[in-house]
Amino acid sequence: MAVLAYIESNKSKPKKNSYEIISYGRGLADKLSTELIVLSFNIDSVEDLSNYGPDKILNIKNNDLSNFNIQKYADVIAQACNSLSIDIIIIGGSADSKYLAPSLSVKTNSSYVSNVVELPSSLEPFTLKRSTYSNKAFSDITIKNEKKLIGIYNNSFGIVEKKSNPELISIDIIIPDSTLTTDSVEHGSGDISIADADIVVSAGRGLKGPENWNIIEDLAKTLGAATACSKPVSDMGWRPHSEHVGQTGKPVATNLYIAIGISGAIQHLAGVSSSKVKVVINTDPEAPFFKAADYGIIGDAFDVVPKLNEKLKVFKAGNN
Amino acid sequence: MKILVCISCVPDTTSKISFIENDTIFDKNGVQFVINPNDEFGLTRAMWIKEKDNSSIDVINVGLQDTEPILRKTLAIGADKAIRINSDPKDSFQVAKLISDYVSKNNYDLIIAGRESIDFNGNMVPGIISELLGMNFITNCVGLDIIGNKITAKREIEGGTETLSFDLPAVIGGQKGLVEESDLKIPNMRGIMQARQKPLDVIEVNKNNLFTETIKFYKPEEKGEIKMIDSDNLDELINLLHNEAKVI
Ligand SMILES: Cc1cc2nc3c(=O)[nH]c(=O)nc-3n(C[C@H](O)[C@H](O)[C@H](O)COP(=O)(O)OP(=O)(O)OC[C@H]3O[C@@H](n4cnc5c(N)ncnc54)[C@H](O)[C@@H]3O)c2cc1C
Ligand SMILES: Nc1ncnc2c1ncn2[C@@H]1O[C@H](COP(=O)(O)O)[C@@H](O)[C@H]1O
Repeated sequence: MAVLAYIESNKSKPKKNSYEIISYGRGLADKLSTELIVLSFNIDSVEDLSNYGPDKILNIKNNDLSNFNIQKYADVIAQACNSLSIDIIIIGGSADSKYLAPSLSVKTNSSYVSNVVELPSSLEPFTLKRSTYSNKAFSDITIKNEKKLIGIYNNSFGIVEKKSNPELISIDIIIPDSTLTTDSVEHGSGDISIADADIVVSAGRGLKGPENWNIIEDLAKTLGAATACSKPVSDMGWRPHSEHVGQTGKPVATNLYIAIGISGAIQHLAGVSSSKVKVVINTDPEAPFFKAADYGIIGDAFDVVPKLNEKLKVFKAGNN
Repeated sequence: MKILVCISCVPDTTSKISFIENDTIFDKNGVQFVINPNDEFGLTRAMWIKEKDNSSIDVINVGLQDTEPILRKTLAIGADKAIRINSDPKDSFQVAKLISDYVSKNNYDLIIAGRESIDFNGNMVPGIISELLGMNFITNCVGLDIIGNKITAKREIEGGTETLSFDLPAVIGGQKGLVEESDLKIPNMRGIMQARQKPLDVIEVNKNNLFTETIKFYKPEEKGEIKMIDSDNLDELINLLHNEAKVI
C-alpha cells in the first residue's frame, strides 16, 4: 500500500503543476500513514522534488518515453503501480493527464475521480470534493473501490513545502509498441499556455477587432501572462480557438485573471470562476462581470490598458 | 462505415444550478436540457462523414426516459437510430461499461463522444470505453480525416496541436474545432417528421454495482464585495494586487 504521484515533464524538467501534485500526494500519504512515491519520466534533475516531501522517487529514463504517447505512458505507469503495490494514484489536470487517466484507471482497476479540489474529507467512506457543473457547483463523491485514481484540479490545492530525503528507486519495465503514430506537433507562437500560466490576460468583443490586440499582448508580456479571449472573439476568428475560455472552452484556474472588454456572460464566468483573483476593466458599470470580480475599473480599455501597462513596467523594474 | 455517437443530455449552458433534498439531488425544475455541446460537434462531424460515404449513424445515451426528446432531436438532425440504455447515469465507469458492452455486441467502426460533459465534467467516458474495448483513442479532437480505415486526427495540447494517425476502429473525444459553431444545424421540419419514424430502442439492464456515489452538492461561496478603482488611479490597483491579493 502506497500513494503514487505521477508528474509530467517538459524539456526534461518537471512541469509547474508537479509541485502541487506532489504536495497533494504528501498530504494524502500522511493522512493514510503510508509512503509517497513520485513517478516521472526523463527528468534531468529530481533534486527540487524533495522540497515537497516524497519518500521515494522513480524517475524512469528511456528514450522511448521522450514524447507523450497515451498507450506507452498508461502501460508503463500501470507497470510501476503493479510492481510498487500502489493503491492510490494522483494525477494532474493537464490536457495530457486528462487524456491518460481514464485508460490508466482501467489498466489498474482503479476508480477515477477527476477535478478534485481538496484532500479527502473522510477516509471511511473515502470522500472527495470535486468541481462539477462547469464550476457552478462542487460535489462530494465517495469511492468504494480499494484502488483509486485521483485527478486534481489545477491550482486548487496549492503547493506545500516539506523537505524530505527521498530514496531514488528503479524498476524493470517493458515499453509496449503503440498503434498510434504522432506525425507532428505544432506549437503556438511559443507564448505561455493558459494551463501553465499564473496570470491570464483575457479580452472580449469590447476590443472591437483583432488589430487592437497589441495592447492585450503587451500587457500580458509585462506580466508574464498567457492571453485568452471570450467565445465570440474566437468564433469570429479574431483569436485562435485555443484561447477561447469558458464553459465550452478552456477552464481557467489561475492566480490572477484580468478580463478586458468582456461582459461576463454566465457561460464565460463558469469557466473562469475558479481563478483566485479577478480584475475587470469595462466601460459599462452594469456589466455582469463586476458582480463576480474582486477589483473593477470602469473605463475604456484603449485608455486604461496602455496606461496600466506602463505603470506595471515601472513597478516590475522597481521590484527586480 | 458504422458510427456510434454518444449523447449526454445536460442542462442548457444558461441554467442556474440548484439542488434539492438537502443538496443531494440536482433540481431539474425549470431547467432546459440540451445535447451536450461537445457531443453536438461530434454528431455534426459524423453527418459530414455520412454525406460523403453513406455511413450509418447510431446515437446512444445511458439515461432515463426523460432523455428521449433529446434523442429524437439527434434523429431529426440526421442520426439513423437511437439507443437508450435505461439506467440512471450515476457513475462514469458504469456509463462507459454499458456503452462498451453494447458496442462489443454491435460492432462499430468509429465511436464519437465528447471530450467532456458540461454537467459532470468527468473527461472520462470515451477514454474508458476505448480502454475496455482495446480501441485507438484520442480526445480534445479538433480535426478528423478518414481514408479507408486510416484516420489522421488533430488533438489540442497545451499551447498547440498534435497530429496523430491510427487505424479504425477508434474512439474520439470531440469538441469545438471538429466542426465550427456555424456548422451546427437546427433540425428542419422534414427532419423532425422523419425522426418520428426512426427507431429508438430501449435496452434494459440489470442493476449494477456502482464504484462511486455523489452524496452531496455545494454551491460556490458568494463572492465578497468588489473593490472599485478609479481609472485615474492605476497605482492603487497595482498596490492592491501586490500587497493585498499578492498575485503580482
Ligand atoms: C451554448 C453556449 C456556450 C457558450 N460558451 C461560452 C464560453 O465558453 N465562453 C465565453 O466566453 N462565452 C460563451 N458563450 C457566449 C456568451 O453567452 C457571451 O455571448 C460571450 O461570453 C460574450 O462575449 P464578450 O463578453 O466578449 O462580448 P459582449 O457580451 O459583447 O461584451 C463586450 C463587453 O465589452 C465592453 N466594452 C465595449 N467597449 C469597451 C471598451 N472600449 N473598453 C472596455 N470595455 C468595453 C462592453 O461594455 C461589454 O460588456 C456561450 C454561449 C452559448 C449559447
Ligand atoms: N449518460 C451518458 N450517455 C451517453 N453518453 C455519455 C453519457 N455521459 C457521458 N457520455 C459521453 O461521454 C462524454 C464525456 O462525458 P464525461 O466523461 O461525463 O465528461 C460526453 O460528451 C458524452 O459523449
